[in-house]
Order: sequence, then C-alpha cells, then structure tokens
Amino acid sequence: MTTINRRALLGTAAAATTLPISALRAQQAQTLRLGVLTDMSGPYRDPTGPGSAICTQQAVMEFAQRLGVQAEVIQADHQNRPDVGANIARQWYDQGVDVVVDVPTSSVALAISQIAREKNKLFLNSGAASSDLTGPACSPNTVHWTYDTYMLAKGTGDALARAGGDTWFFITADYAFGHALQRDTTTFVERAGGRVLGAARYPFPATTDFSSYMVQAQASRAKVLALANAGTDTANCIKQAREFGLTRNMQIAGLLMSFMEVHSLGLETAQGLLLTESFYWDSNDRTRAFSQRVQPRMPNRAMPAQVQAGCYGATVHYLKAAAAMGAAAAKADARAVVERMKAMPTDDDAFGEGRVRPDGRKIHPTMLYRVKQPRESRGTWDYYNLVATNPAEEAFRPMAEGNCPLVRG
Amino acid sequence: MAAPGGFEGTDFRQERPVFMGFTSTQLIAFGVMCAVLLIAPFFLYPVFLMKVLCFALFACAFNLLIGYVGLLSFGHAAYFGMGGYLAGHAAKVWGLTPELSILIGGAVGAVLGLVIGWIAIRRQGIYFAMITLAFAQMVYFFCVQAPFTGGEDGIQSIPRGNLFGVIPLGSDMSMYWVTAVIFLLGFLFIHRAIHSPFGMVLKSVRENEPRATSLGYRTDDYKLVAFVLSAALAGVAGGLKSIVFGIATLTDVFWTMSGEVVLMSLVGGLGTIFGPVVGAAVIITMQNYLAEFGAWVTVIQGAIFVLCVLAFRRGIVGEIGNWLRVRL
Repeated sequence: MTTINRRALLGTAAAATTLPISALRAQQAQTLRLGVLTDMSGPYRDPTGPGSAICTQQAVMEFAQRLGVQAEVIQADHQNRPDVGANIARQWYDQGVDVVVDVPTSSVALAISQIAREKNKLFLNSGAASSDLTGPACSPNTVHWTYDTYMLAKGTGDALARAGGDTWFFITADYAFGHALQRDTTTFVERAGGRVLGAARYPFPATTDFSSYMVQAQASRAKVLALANAGTDTANCIKQAREFGLTRNMQIAGLLMSFMEVHSLGLETAQGLLLTESFYWDSNDRTRAFSQRVQPRMPNRAMPAQVQAGCYGATVHYLKAAAAMGAAAAKADARAVVERMKAMPTDDDAFGEGRVRPDGRKIHPTMLYRVKQPRESRGTWDYYNLVATNPAEEAFRPMAEGNCPLVRG
Repeated sequence: MAAPGGFEGTDFRQERPVFMGFTSTQLIAFGVMCAVLLIAPFFLYPVFLMKVLCFALFACAFNLLIGYVGLLSFGHAAYFGMGGYLAGHAAKVWGLTPELSILIGGAVGAVLGLVIGWIAIRRQGIYFAMITLAFAQMVYFFCVQAPFTGGEDGIQSIPRGNLFGVIPLGSDMSMYWVTAVIFLLGFLFIHRAIHSPFGMVLKSVRENEPRATSLGYRTDDYKLVAFVLSAALAGVAGGLKSIVFGIATLTDVFWTMSGEVVLMSLVGGLGTIFGPVVGAAVIITMQNYLAEFGAWVTVIQGAIFVLCVLAFRRGIVGEIGNWLRVRL
C-alpha cells in the first residue's frame, strides 16, 4: 500500500484548483451577466417576478449560442423598496453584473437608472411605468422597453374618447402617480373632444372601501369610469363597481390594468373592461410561438404578460448588440452598447419589428383590448378582443415633448 | 415594560470604569469594534457596511430611549425618515455640503422629537407607544403628499458632494470612512450621555419613576431631553443614509421601519451599548444576503424574533454579557 504524503497531497490539490480557476476567470471575463431585479414577493409578483426571470433566461437560451456569446442570468427580489433595490443593483454592478433587467416600481427604477449611469452599466427597464425614465430623468445607459404612463393614458384615453366615450369620471389614488395618470389621460380625452365631469380622490394607501366614490361616479352620469390607480386598488374598484351595478351603464377603463390582473379577477368580474397593452400572447403567429415556447417553464404554466415579454425582447436586442460589438467591448462600455442598440432595428417574436429612440424609449404598436365575456372565451388565458391598434410612431410620447436632456440638441 | 438590563438573577461583577466611563471589558469590546470597522471594508462590500453603520446608529439612538429610559417608542421611523428627506433635500436642492445636510437631518429629528415627545411622555407604556406610532403615521402621510418628498418616487439622485466642500465623497471608500467616523461619534456620544449624571437620572426613571420624582428630579424634563436626543440621532442616521445611498424614500418613514429598529435592538440586546450595533449587523446581513429568497426574509426575521423572545431574552450581546458576568 502506498502511503500518501500529506503535504504533497495538499500541494497538488491546491495546484489542481488554481488551474481551472484561472481558465474559468478568463472565460468569465467574457460572460455577459444579466441580473433580473424584480418583485418576487409583493403585489407585482404575478405580472413580473419569476416570469420575468424565466423570459430573460429564455432569450439567453435561444440567442446566446446562436450569436456566439456567453451569458448568464441571476435574479433577486427588491421587495418594492428603493433602498433595497438600489443596494442590490449597486452591489451587482460593482461585482461584474453588466445589465439589470425588469425592475417594476418606478421609484426603484429611477434609483437604478441613476446608478447605472454613474457606473456606466446598462439598465433594461421593462416593469416600471414612469415616463420620466425617458423624460427629464432619461439616461444614456437606460432603455425603456414595454410601456409607460403616457402610452397607457394615450392608448385608453384617446381611443375611448374617439369611440364615443366622451364624458369621463375618475377615481384617483391621491398621490403623485395617481394625479399624473389622471392629468395625462385628461389631456387626451379633451384633445379628442371629450369632457371630464369630475374626479374622486381617495386616500392612498389603505383605502379598501370605495363605495362612496362609486356613488359619486354613478351620480356624475359620465359614460366612462376611469381608474387612475394600480394593483389591488384597481381590482377592488372593479369588483365594487360591479357590485354597485355601474357596469350596466358605464364603461370601466383601468388605466394601469394588465393581463395578470384580469386573470386573477376572473372573466366574470372583469368582462367588458378596456385596457391598453403592448403585448398579448394571442396577437399573431410570432407571439403565439414565443408564448408556447416559454409557457412550460412559467410559474403555474401561465402565458407571459407584457412586462415579462418585454424582458425577453429587451434581452434579445441587448444580446444582438453585444454580439455585434464583441463581448469584451460590450462589458467595458455600456453606453456604447446602448448606442448600438439605438442604431440597430429591433426584431423579436414578442414585439415584432421596432426601434429604440435616442431618448431610450423602445417603440412598438400598442393595442386597446376589451376583456371577453366568459362565454366568448375559449379557455384559460383567452381573455381579450382587440378594439384598436395604435401605430408605433403615435403610441408613445413624441421625443420633443419629453424634456429629455439627451435629445434637446 | 420590563426594565431592560434589570433582569432578575443578573449578578454582575463589581466593575469600575477605567477609561471614559468604559469598564475594562467594554473597552476591549470597543477595541474589537474599532478594529472591525478598520479592517472590514477591505474584505466586505463597503456600501453594505455603510448600510449596517447607518442602521447601527439608528438602533443605538432607539436603544438610548428604550434601554436607558424604558420608553418604547414605536414611531422612530418618523425621525429617521424625515431626517433623511430633509438631508436629501438640503444636499440636492439647496446644494449644501454633506456634513451640513446630515446636521440638518439631525436638527429635523430633534424638532420633531421635541414636538412629539412633549405630548407623548405624558403617558406611559402602551399609550406612549401608540401616541408615537400615531404621530409617525401622520408624518408618513405628510410625506406621501408633500411635493418636496417626491411622493412614492422619493428624492432621487442626491449627490454625495464634497465633505467640508473640499474632500470628494464619490468613491465608496472615502464615504465609508466618513460614515464610520459619524457612527463612532454618535456611539461615543450616547455612551457619554448614559454614563453622565444625567444618564444616571434616566436609569433611575427607568427603574422607579415615582422614587426619582420624590428625590426632586423633574422626570418629565429628563424624559423629554432623552427623547429629543434619541430623535436627533435617529435624524442624523437617516440623513447619513440618504447621503450614502443617494435616495430618500417612503420606506424610511413607514411604520415597518419603526418595527425593524425595535427588532434590531431586541436581537442585539436592549440596554447594552453594543447590542444595537450587533442587532443591526445581524438584521441587515440577513436582508442583504437572503434577498434572493424573497418573501422568506420576513419569515426568517419573524422566526428569529420569536426565538429571541423565547430563548435569548437579553439579546445576543446581553446573553454574552450575562454568561461572562460582565456589562457590555
């Protein structure tokens, strides 16, 4: 039996470990690292959350090898707290993550946009709605993909007012976001010849009983009841509007409503609701193909929602730009990657063809949908009827109106 | 409220202060803490350490009130958050230097503490806690509405600026040293306060308020001063945090923040000078390194809280002190 010299054994073990590490380091230096920072536990978990991470991975799986780059995806929960989110993003960027993806909740997104700029890293925003991200707070390191408040207000306000919904009543969450949504929508309604008959502001947060506002809305005799709020507040308003019978003679428009909220409300409650989306899985062959590819891996085998699809589209476009530049160059200078992303036309299964504007705004057509009645639906996830389409160039705020310092000339 | 530090069966050795009111064991512990402060940024991520220090100072300020006066304030987020907002506003809009901004944060905390404390100290126990909570909620709703706070977006991109107008704090390391120095100053200030004759009166109020009154002390005045000191330091911690991270948001004024600081003090050890520091380090580390587990962070925090209440009633530092039979 051979005796093994302990020191020699340790020595070779140590030597053996260093070899692959240095090889691995060289490889890692070329790996594009994407961090999905999203809401894994709070109110936005369903429309973003794990699904966003899965869609980002899907993009990497489909494209990284084809484009000849290496990429990896990590994820974390920002708990909807700007300080937690900013902290994680800062740490990620300092420790070699190149891109932060998704980030629902505008306060967190605004903070991260600032950090990305400071550290010359990239921020692909899909989940946050604030149009400030491509307005006064725009940044050469940020691309804003899926939607924003302006587009939502325009998509619903403009189309509905043109379609005969000429008198409006708002139920508004009494804080900056609610006010902004009401103000923007009002502009479009009035531009399209409509009138706003009144608005009820309710204390935010912690209002759950909306009955008095429903009575006010009914008394206004407006044709459209617009909900300038988000999340569970919107869901509660819709339920209570139904209970009060408002849906019989009023059209309800959720200004920040989306697919997953319709899913959790159920068609029985949500039917007839109008809302604006930039992605619906059943729009065309390409979206159907994409959704069916990703569906088996999604939580609860859900169809992807627009923000999740946005993570996919943004990641695909990023990988293409990074591959065109070479991974090392892409890692070194995020601003150059964004320049390249703006120069290249976008094309992915979820959003089709489009482009990224110089202010960082990704543009694509948006659709106004009406939620189907239960008997119209052919199964789970079959929720929408298309009402109108807004072409890409008209759907978003014109660059000149955004006050973005990057494009002011 | 049980008087913290005054657990039955605690049999401390007779210890004399050897230096600046520190006993020899405290001096050793203080040395260890300073050494950790010096070495840590070379091994750990400095921004994370700065967060720990901000919360450690906040927890120390809170502990001054509960640990040494026996007043459980459930509204400390108000001073912390408002300090953060005003410091952020001062640095960003008024363009003041960071040290002035942080001082403004402290001043705001002190003024708020004076107003709220003046009303709250008239009641004891649960009523005191509820009054402070009610005022903190008022401050929260004020922050939701007030234009200068930026509503739910908060004050974004607050510049770190130049210390005294000359030393740039852009790099994490230089910011870290400033944070560490401010934390140490705050820590030593609290230590000095509780070992002064004033601090002795506070402790006597904690142990037996009627008796302190009968000895001729105006206990309400002492409680109010302690309250204001605690609020001012919480404001400094908040201001420091907003300068370090560049944002001030609603999270810092929300009531869960008040709960978090109670948890930190409790985990570390109420009524011990090192307890809140250890507690803050433990809680922030958990939040930071367990972030990927999402909702489980709060569940784990809850479990630790239950564990502390059941098994470590004196908190981590309190238990260690009890085991070694020394005051820490």
